[in-house]
Amino acid sequence: MKLLVCIKQVPDMESRFKPDASGIWYNEADLAFRMNEYDEYAVEQAVQLREKLGEGSELTVLSIGPDRVVEAIKKALAMGCDNAVHVQDTAASAKDPWQIASIIAGYAKDKSFDVIFTGMQSQDRGSAQVGVTVAELLGVACTTTIVGFAYDNGVITAKRELEGGIKGAVTLNTPALVTCQLGLNVPRYPTLPNIMKAKKKEITAIPAADLTTSESLAATTSFHPPAKKGGGIVLEGDVGELVDKVIAILKDKTAVLR
Amino acid sequence: MKTLLIGEYREGKMLDSTYELLGFAQQFGGESTLLLVGSETQLPAYAGTLYLADAASCGEYNPDLHKKLILETVQKEDPDYIVFVHSSYGWDLAPRVAATLKAAQVSEIIAIADGGFEVACCNAKMRRTVKPLTAKAVLTIQAGAFPVLQPGGAPAVVKISAEGNGRLAFVGYEPTEKKDIDLAKAEVIVSAGRGVGKKDNIPVIQALATALGGELGASRPVVDAEWVSHDHQVGTTGQTVSPKLYVACGISGAIQHLAGMKKSDFILAINKDKDAPIGEIADVLVVADVMQFVPALMAKVAR
Ligand SMILES: Cc1cc2nc3c(=O)[nH]c(=O)nc-3n(C[C@H](O)[C@H](O)[C@H](O)COP(=O)(O)OP(=O)(O)OC[C@H]3O[C@@H](n4cnc5c(N)ncnc54)[C@H](O)[C@@H]3O)c2cc1C
Ligand SMILES: Nc1ncnc2c1ncn2[C@@H]1O[C@H](COP(=O)(O)O)[C@@H](O)[C@H]1O
Repeated sequence: MKLLVCIKQVPDMESRFKPDASGIWYNEADLAFRMNEYDEYAVEQAVQLREKLGEGSELTVLSIGPDRVVEAIKKALAMGCDNAVHVQDTAASAKDPWQIASIIAGYAKDKSFDVIFTGMQSQDRGSAQVGVTVAELLGVACTTTIVGFAYDNGVITAKRELEGGIKGAVTLNTPALVTCQLGLNVPRYPTLPNIMKAKKKEITAIPAADLTTSESLAATTSFHPPAKKGGGIVLEGDVGELVDKVIAILKDKTAVLR
Repeated sequence: MKTLLIGEYREGKMLDSTYELLGFAQQFGGESTLLLVGSETQLPAYAGTLYLADAASCGEYNPDLHKKLILETVQKEDPDYIVFVHSSYGWDLAPRVAATLKAAQVSEIIAIADGGFEVACCNAKMRRTVKPLTAKAVLTIQAGAFPVLQPGGAPAVVKISAEGNGRLAFVGYEPTEKKDIDLAKAEVIVSAGRGVGKKDNIPVIQALATALGGELGASRPVVDAEWVSHDHQVGTTGQTVSPKLYVACGISGAIQHLAGMKKSDFILAINKDKDAPIGEIADVLVVADVMQFVPALMAKVAR
């Protein structure tokens, strides 16, 4: 069986974000990048399936972006993917989800992957579109937001997470695509021997121009901080003083401290 | 401008979020029509046109058939915008409709902006304005971002149907796990987020909760990592709470967390990041290391 997992590299969300010169995305200077959190669950699930299937199956990890995304690819390889595709694109952040999905579908269309894994959303853009759109472009079955996954003999049984803690179970035949939600599994930490082994795994570089044909369907016109709602107090400084201030406020404004 | 609103049905009931779509449509202006895969026994209180398919035959979750129903209605109505709630139903179905129509999709809209739509990004720390470039566009609106509008009246029902099985088989719903604690009754909740650092630090947060006469809450990553059990989780996929005091310890303030606690009377947040989105709703944001501040607060409260 052939498996594909798509990962995006995103900034650490605890960073400070500032608009770049174009004013429509963030300035990358000073940002530390890592694998999109949702995609870690996707990689883990793909690796677990790959391990279950054993010999004769193959798991490819794909990421679109500038050279820095190779770091995220290496992590996925160290987690257990067999080989990788780096779609080189310095302008990936300017592409809309439709274009990103078109690139992935363009790569996957003649490879007959049996199962494709993606995250349910990227943490920086958060569109929750790319996975489902890839499935549509490839014409394969798809389900989203999974917190449970089992595969047996061409049939996937997935548990979807719905609102309020309710889950919905579905089955779908391969070929299929699933988008992975937080808590689906416990993503492994790459071990040192596996990091060493990963260094020998093949990373195929493909220029995005070889795969992109579509125009963007939506445009970002501005990237900015939220309008401050005000009202709230921000306290900074020495911890001892902060504690006294907070106790005074709680006594004044709430009935829980006497 | 014409909008086609796609309402939602689950376990035999129309979801109230359907009225948020009407709230959005009113702000947006123009004409709107509603589509539901539901049942005639549960009609929305709304006097416009309702395209209604039967969930008994089309399923509550059957993306292939629902997409077909929507596309047929799009042909008849020729709407400029097709609007979903950004929910497990909406984010699953919207891209399928958009891809087939080759229409732009704008996800999780929080406001209508000049020349486009405002959406949150970077874990809700930042905003983008996004503008569709296609004649038709598919939109999903953030749950809770637009007012609930229940206009009243009875809809003019146009029945629609779809045949076939679809490529997915829906097996069934699994109810929420049984809860041992009911956070909804707590007057004080002290919640631990990923910022508390490790499982070993949870007792410190629990101790503050106990000292304040309250319960321990948690954000999702803390539950996923099994630092605390799921019945402590606050948020869209956990419990909805409204205590007199909510203390958020090392919680960034993602929308799914806020949805579960924003109605609290008083919100105290402790976060080392001054820009954390929790600051937008907190009454007091203490910029500090949670593992320094909480024990210090605890020492004085316990006295
Ligand atoms: C469909 C869906 C449903 C979801 N449902 C829920 C839900 O029900 N409940 C929920 O909580 N989430 C839910 N989530 C996840 C949500 O999007 C966020 O990922 C989650 O709320 C983040 O949890 P957090 O704030 O603890 O962690 P993070 O976002 O990682 O934030 C940690 C925070 O701690 C701060 N911090 C770090 N170290 C320290 C320190 N030493 N001292 C002080 N502060 C520190 C950081 O500045 C940061 O702000 C859901 C997501 C999806 C997609
Ligand atoms: N640049 C990219 N390269 C590879 N996969 C991506 C990329 N962008 C998004 N994805 C995949 O699509 C999912 C959803 O992303 P989004 O639609 O941006 O929220 C992510 O979790 C990834 O699995």
